[in-house]
Amino acid sequence: MSGFSPRRLAALVRKEGAQILRDPSTFLIAFVLPMILLFLFGYAVSLDTSRTRIGLVLQDSSAPALRLAQAYQTSPYFEVTMARTIQPMREKMVGGDLRAIIVIPSDFGAGVKRGRPPAIQIITDGSQPNTANFAAAYGEGVRAQWAAAEGLERNPGAAGPPVSLSARFWYNPELKSRYFLVPGSIAIVMTMIGTLLTALVVAREWERGTMEAMMATPITMVEFIVSKLLPYYLLALCSMAMCTAIGIWAFGVPFRGSLLTLFAIASAFLMPALGLGLFISSATKNQFVASQIATLAGFLPTFLLSGFIFEIASMPWPIQAITYIVPARYLIPSLQTVFLAGDQWGLILPNIGVMLGFGLFFFTLSFRVTRRSLD
Amino acid sequence: MDGPVARTTDLVKRFDALTALDGVSMAIEPGKVTGLVGPDGAGKTTLIRILAGLMAPSGGEVEVLGAPAGQKLDDLGYMPQRFGLYEDLSVIENLTLYAEVRGLPRAEHKESFDRLLDFTDLARFQDRLAGKLSGGMKQKLGLACALVKAPRVLLLDEPGVGVDPISRRELWAMVGDLTDQGIGVLWSTAYLDEAEKCDAVYLLNEGKLLFDGPPGDLTGKVGDRVFRVTGFKDRRRHFLTRTLDRDEVIDGTIQGRSVRLLMAEDAPAPTPESLDAAGGTVEPTPPRFEDGFIERLGGGPKGTSALAERYRDIPENDQCAITAEGLTKRFGDFVAASDMHFEIPRGQIFGLLGPNGAGKSTTFKMLCGLLTPTSGSGAVAGHDLRRSRADARASLGYMAQKFSLYGDLSVRQNLDFFAGAYDLDRKTAERAIAAMIEIFELKGKLDVNAGTLPLGFKQRLALACAVMHEPPVLFLDEPTSGVDPVTRREFWTHINGLVEKGVTVLVTTHFMDEAEYCDRVTLIYRAEQIATGTPDELKAQAGKLAGLDDPTMEDAFIALIEEFDRKREAKEAA
Repeated sequence: MSGFSPRRLAALVRKEGAQILRDPSTFLIAFVLPMILLFLFGYAVSLDTSRTRIGLVLQDSSAPALRLAQAYQTSPYFEVTMARTIQPMREKMVGGDLRAIIVIPSDFGAGVKRGRPPAIQIITDGSQPNTANFAAAYGEGVRAQWAAAEGLERNPGAAGPPVSLSARFWYNPELKSRYFLVPGSIAIVMTMIGTLLTALVVAREWERGTMEAMMATPITMVEFIVSKLLPYYLLALCSMAMCTAIGIWAFGVPFRGSLLTLFAIASAFLMPALGLGLFISSATKNQFVASQIATLAGFLPTFLLSGFIFEIASMPWPIQAITYIVPARYLIPSLQTVFLAGDQWGLILPNIGVMLGFGLFFFTLSFRVTRRSLD
Repeated sequence: MDGPVARTTDLVKRFDALTALDGVSMAIEPGKVTGLVGPDGAGKTTLIRILAGLMAPSGGEVEVLGAPAGQKLDDLGYMPQRFGLYEDLSVIENLTLYAEVRGLPRAEHKESFDRLLDFTDLARFQDRLAGKLSGGMKQKLGLACALVKAPRVLLLDEPGVGVDPISRRELWAMVGDLTDQGIGVLWSTAYLDEAEKCDAVYLLNEGKLLFDGPPGDLTGKVGDRVFRVTGFKDRRRHFLTRTLDRDEVIDGTIQGRSVRLLMAEDAPAPTPESLDAAGGTVEPTPPRFEDGFIERLGGGPKGTSALAERYRDIPENDQCAITAEGLTKRFGDFVAASDMHFEIPRGQIFGLLGPNGAGKSTTFKMLCGLLTPTSGSGAVAGHDLRRSRADARASLGYMAQKFSLYGDLSVRQNLDFFAGAYDLDRKTAERAIAAMIEIFELKGKLDVNAGTLPLGFKQRLALACAVMHEPPVLFLDEPTSGVDPVTRREFWTHINGLVEKGVTVLVTTHFMDEAEYCDRVTLIYRAEQIATGTPDELKAQAGKLAGLDDPTMEDAFIALIEEFDRKREAKEAA
C-alpha cells in the first residue's frame, strides 16, 4: 500500500469542491439557511420581556384596594384586564389569553385599616414556567412597592430608607436578546454544516457505490477523510464569516474581540462537529439514517443543551450534567464572550481545549470505523 | 509475467450464517477474458470484491499480481456494478479524478483521455455530467475510468446488466482490444449467453464452482443431445408441457413456433414418432451454455404446472383482454412513451422488449393504472383505464420488478397481507393461501422473513402473491431477472400453464430468450414502438435487414434498432 500522497489528496479535494459548488442543497444549508435563522432570531423571535397580560380580580372596593389595583394598571410590566369575580378570568387563562390572575380579596380594605393587610392571591399559568415565575415575582414586586408607599410593612426597627438595590447589566446593558442570539445562531449554522452536511456526504459515497470504486484505487483512508473535512471546514468558516458580518452590520451586534480569536474558537468547535458528522456517516453508510442521527446527536443538543436558548444554570441537575458532553456548550459562552466582552483568554482557552478534546475523540472513533473494507 | 495475473485457492467467504463462497479456486490469465458466470446470489460480486481487496476472505488464499489482494492497486482496474461514477462531475472530471488517484503522470493525461474518449466514443460528451449520460454511456465511462492508467488486471462486475444489446456488443469489442494488449479481464455476468464469448468460464452457483474450463467443454458434453422440433400440430405451449413430462426429456424451451429440447444422457435421439408429433420434424441444433448449466443442475422442471391445474378457467369472450390506443406519457418536455398501440387477445403472452429507459416500464405502469396517460386510452379486461381504473386494477395480478414483497414480514404474513389486499373473504383466503403454500413448496419457509429468502423463493412468493385472487390478466415486470435457469424454467412452466387456462399475460423483459415465450412482442426504443409481431416474424424481418441466416432474438433486436437509428439519422439529415 502506498503512503500519503498530496497529489491524490488535492484531486479528491478538488472533486469535493466541485460537488459542493454544484449541489444547490449545500448552498442552501451553508448560506440561505443561516440568513433565515439570523433574521428569525434577529427580528421575529425575541426573548425580551414585554408586557405580560394578567387579570386583576378586585373583590373589594375600598380606597387602598383601588390604589393597589391602580399600581398594577400603571406598572410597565403588565397589561391588566379587570373583573369582579374570578370565573371569567379563569376561562381566559385556560384559553391562554392571560398569564396570571391576581386576586385582591374582599376584606382587603378592612385589613389595611387594622394595619394588617391580608395576603393577595397570585395564580400563574404553570404551563409556561418562565413567564409564570416572571409574573409571580413582578406581581409581588408591585405589591411590595405599593405597601412601602402606603407606609405599611416597614420594619419597625429600621429608621432610614431600606437598602436600595439598583441592578446594572454589563456587556448587554439593554438586555437585547439578539445580542446573544446572533452568536448562538453561528453555533447552529456550524453544527449544520460540520455535522449534518458531512454526515450526508460520506454516506452518499457509500450509497452511490463510489466509495467501493475509490477503495479499489490506491487512495488511503487518511486522504479520503481529509478530503472530506477540508472543504466543509472552509465552507463552515465562510458561512460563519457571513453570519458575523450580518450580525454586526445588520443587527448592530457589538464585536469587542478580535477576528483571530473568533477564528480560533470556530476552528476548535468545527473539530468535534466534523468529527461527529464523519463518524455518523461512516458508521451508518446511509443518508437517511445519517441525517436523522446527525439531527439528534448534533443539531438538537446544540439547539437545546448549549445554553443558546435555555440557560444551563436553570436546568435540573441531570440535564445540566448532560450538557457537559455537548461541544456547543463550550462554544456558546466563548462566542458570546468574544462578541460582547472581548478576548477574555482565561475563559476562552479552557473552552477551546475541551472542544479540541472532543474533536480528537470523534476523529479517533471515525478512523476506527472507516476501514478500507466492505465487510 | 507468465502465469495467471490473479488466482484464488480454496477461497471461502462467510457472512454470519450464509456461506457466500465455498472453496472456490480460480485463475485469471493475462490476455484472456475469464468469465465468472452464475445467477444472482451465486457469489460473483463477493469474489470480485475479494480480488479487489475490498473484503477479507474467511479462508483460503488470494493472490493478485503476485501479492496478497489489495496491495497492487496501481495495476488493478475495477468497475463495480454501479460503475463508481460521480454523477455530479462531468465525463472529463471523472476521468481526471481517477487519473490523479491512480497516479497517472500529468504529462500522460491528455494522451490517455484522448485515447479512451475515442475508444468509448464519448469525446462529444466530455463536458456532460455523468448523471446525464444514458446507461450504455455510463457503462463505457465506468470502463474508461478503470482503464485510465493501463491496468494489468481488469475486474468487471456485471458490466452487461440493464444495458441495451448494442452497447453490450460494443463493450465486448472494447474488451477484445484490451486482451490483445495482454490485460487479464474478469467479466462477471448472469447472462449465460455471455459465457460463450469468454476464453475460460467459472460457473458459480450458491457459492460453489459447478464448472471451470473453456465454455465449449460444457456445451460439448450436451452437444449431441439438443434438438429442435417444428411443425407439430398442437399448440406450442401444450406440446412443450406434454413433451417435458416425458422421462427422457430433461429440459425444453419455446423458440417462436418451434420447441428446443435437451435429452437425458443415455436417451435415444428423438423422432417425430417418439415425441408423438406426427408430421413434424426433429433436427439437431447447436447446444448453448445454458443447456450445459441446466444439465449440471440436474435438469429443468417437468411440464405440468400445479398452479395452472388448480386455476379457474378464464371464460372466453370476444373482446381483447388488454388494449392500448395511442398511450402517451410526457414528463414536462420529456416523452417517456409515445403513441403505444397494441391489442392482446385473451390467453396470449405479449412482451414489451427494450433497453432500460426505453419506455417499457412507463407503458406498463400506465396499463396498470399507476400512471395517468398524458393522452390516448387503454383497457384491461374490458375496464377503461381512464374511467374505471379501480376495476381494471382489481382484475389484474401484478408482479413488480425485483419482487416487491414486504421484506420484514414473514412469508405467511406476506400471503395474508396480499389476500387481504385483494379483498378475499376469509374462507377463500384460507383456501388460496393453503394452495399457494403447497404449489410453491413454501411450507418450510413460512416463518422466514421474505427479505432473507433466496432469490428463487422470493420469485415464487411474488408469483404466489400476484395470482392468489386468480385474476384474468397478469402483469409481469422483469419477472426472472437474475434467477438461475432452472428457477426461470419453473416460472415459465407456471405461466405457460396459466395461459392455457385463458389468462392473458403482459411481460417486460430484456432477456432475449424470454421473448421467445411470447406470442407477440413489441420492441420499444426511445419511447417508440419500432417493431411488433411474433418472435419468428421479427427474426425474419431482422434476418432480411442484416443478411443473417438463423438470427437469434438478440440479433433481431440489434438489427431493428440499427435500422431505426439509420432512418432517424437520414430524416434528421434531410
